[in-house]
Amino acid sequence: MDGFLTLLYKEVLRFWKVGFQTVAAPVLTSLLYLLIFSHVLEQHVKVYDNVSYTAFLVPGLVMMSVLQNAFANSSSSLIQSKVTGNIIFVLLPPISYRQFFAAYVLAAIVRGFVVGIGVLLGTLWFVGLSWAAPHWILLFAVLGGAIMGALGVIAGIWAEKFDQLAAFQNFIIMPLTFLSGVFYSIHSLPPFWQQVSHFNPIFYMIDGFRYGFFGVSDVSPLLSLGVVAACFVVLTAFTLWLLRIGYKLRA
Amino acid sequence: MNSAIRIEGVTKRFASVQALAGIDLEIAPGEFFGLLGPNGAGKTTLISALAGLVRPDAGRLAVMGHDVVADYRAARRQLGVVPQELVFDPFFSVRESLEIQSGYFGIRDNAAWIDEILENLDLKSKADTNMRQLSGGMKRRVLVAQALVHRPPVIVLDEPTAGVDVELRQALWSFIRRLNRDGHTIVLTTHYLEEAESLCGRIAMLKQGRIVALDTTANLLRRFSGHTLRLRLAPGVVLPDSLRSRLSGESGEEHVFALGSCEEIEPLLAGLREAGCRIEDIEVGKPDLEEVFVRVMNRT
Repeated sequence: MDGFLTLLYKEVLRFWKVGFQTVAAPVLTSLLYLLIFSHVLEQHVKVYDNVSYTAFLVPGLVMMSVLQNAFANSSSSLIQSKVTGNIIFVLLPPISYRQFFAAYVLAAIVRGFVVGIGVLLGTLWFVGLSWAAPHWILLFAVLGGAIMGALGVIAGIWAEKFDQLAAFQNFIIMPLTFLSGVFYSIHSLPPFWQQVSHFNPIFYMIDGFRYGFFGVSDVSPLLSLGVVAACFVVLTAFTLWLLRIGYKLRA
Repeated sequence: MNSAIRIEGVTKRFASVQALAGIDLEIAPGEFFGLLGPNGAGKTTLISALAGLVRPDAGRLAVMGHDVVADYRAARRQLGVVPQELVFDPFFSVRESLEIQSGYFGIRDNAAWIDEILENLDLKSKADTNMRQLSGGMKRRVLVAQALVHRPPVIVLDEPTAGVDVELRQALWSFIRRLNRDGHTIVLTTHYLEEAESLCGRIAMLKQGRIVALDTTANLLRRFSGHTLRLRLAPGVVLPDSLRSRLSGESGEEHVFALGSCEEIEPLLAGLREAGCRIEDIEVGKPDLEEVFVRVMNRT
């Protein structure tokens, strides 16, 4: 158990030591998104009754921060360790592949939460939020962070250079998060794109998370939970399999 | 359990390269063992297999009786590895790196032992310095320290003195010798053959994934090398035929005789005296592992 706790501690300490880059910068970016989008669209877009566009935007931005930073934490840590060779320090000790997975994913959730809470606290200056079902907020944040942490582990193990990881991040993660309903309700999209959005798992993470605040959502929160939980199980199983066979870690 | 390390029939292939082609090796507890071979011979692959970084295609490896696959947790606790590459985690100080490494092995409070290692490796003044700010030699010392944090009975050093200055090299070997005297098993790979000769009690030489020589250092030196007598004769002096037949090398006025033992020196000099050969310079060469290495690699 101590090996796992130490790896978790190390992963948290790693991002905390460069907090300006890993926490402050993404919080600031999200607040800028909020400032600009709410300023431009507040008077033009109405998504739910009794919910202002700025208030609608906040949970999406918070969840987007959680997801992107959870992914960034595990993926960047692993690729850096692989490229510099210090991954050996984690591979030599008696740490099981399950502990390895759990430590990286939990650290990713922690970073996602720290940034997400930072964004949430920052936005409270701008808008008052309701808290319709806090347990849904927590559940979707944990599951979403875990999914993206696991995806980060996969990307970090798969990528052999920073360029490959950047491609994974910019061509898969970024479009999926931006096209998931962070800035809009999918009901405002043409029918075809509404259908396409239903194949984006991040849409369900954002929608379920937003339900926790307003008690309304584009699809049933139970459906969102089912999709997100299924994604978590599949990704966890796949990541554990990769780690068990030592894919690109143990020759 | 009688062996510190037991390797049975280990093979490993990377694409078209047979990195290990059936290695059998047993190293007893307390040995100072040398693993020598040219680049690409399979030394690092063998060490990596022992450490669980490489999974062999066939065969078994055990550290202090613990199989490195089936019982990997126990095996890894018994093993400390100093890797060849100068790797470090740029986020942490020396002390943090050692504390984290201790934690990976399940050791919570290791401050006393960490202080002792830092003292012995002359790292105490750098304990709170970030790894990025250390010189190459200092980083190498930290790698040794990291391999020792969990007090492993078996320590593997993969070319630990590559690019290291003389002072550090001597300090490092003095510390490693002490660990060996305290009962630790040491396995060393190095390209500095004089180091292996002076430190290792037994040596295995690898070539193309196979062990091509395995014996005590003394026996290897006896079998493949020996004393030599190097003479420079006065200009114009011609060796008598009776002595010429014993030459192992010749270059101008320089003549080299291979000796079975030092006792052959006196009769040889007497023969030269009788033949009236005037000697200008004389030098006795000791057996040397480099010669052994070259001979073993050339004959296989």
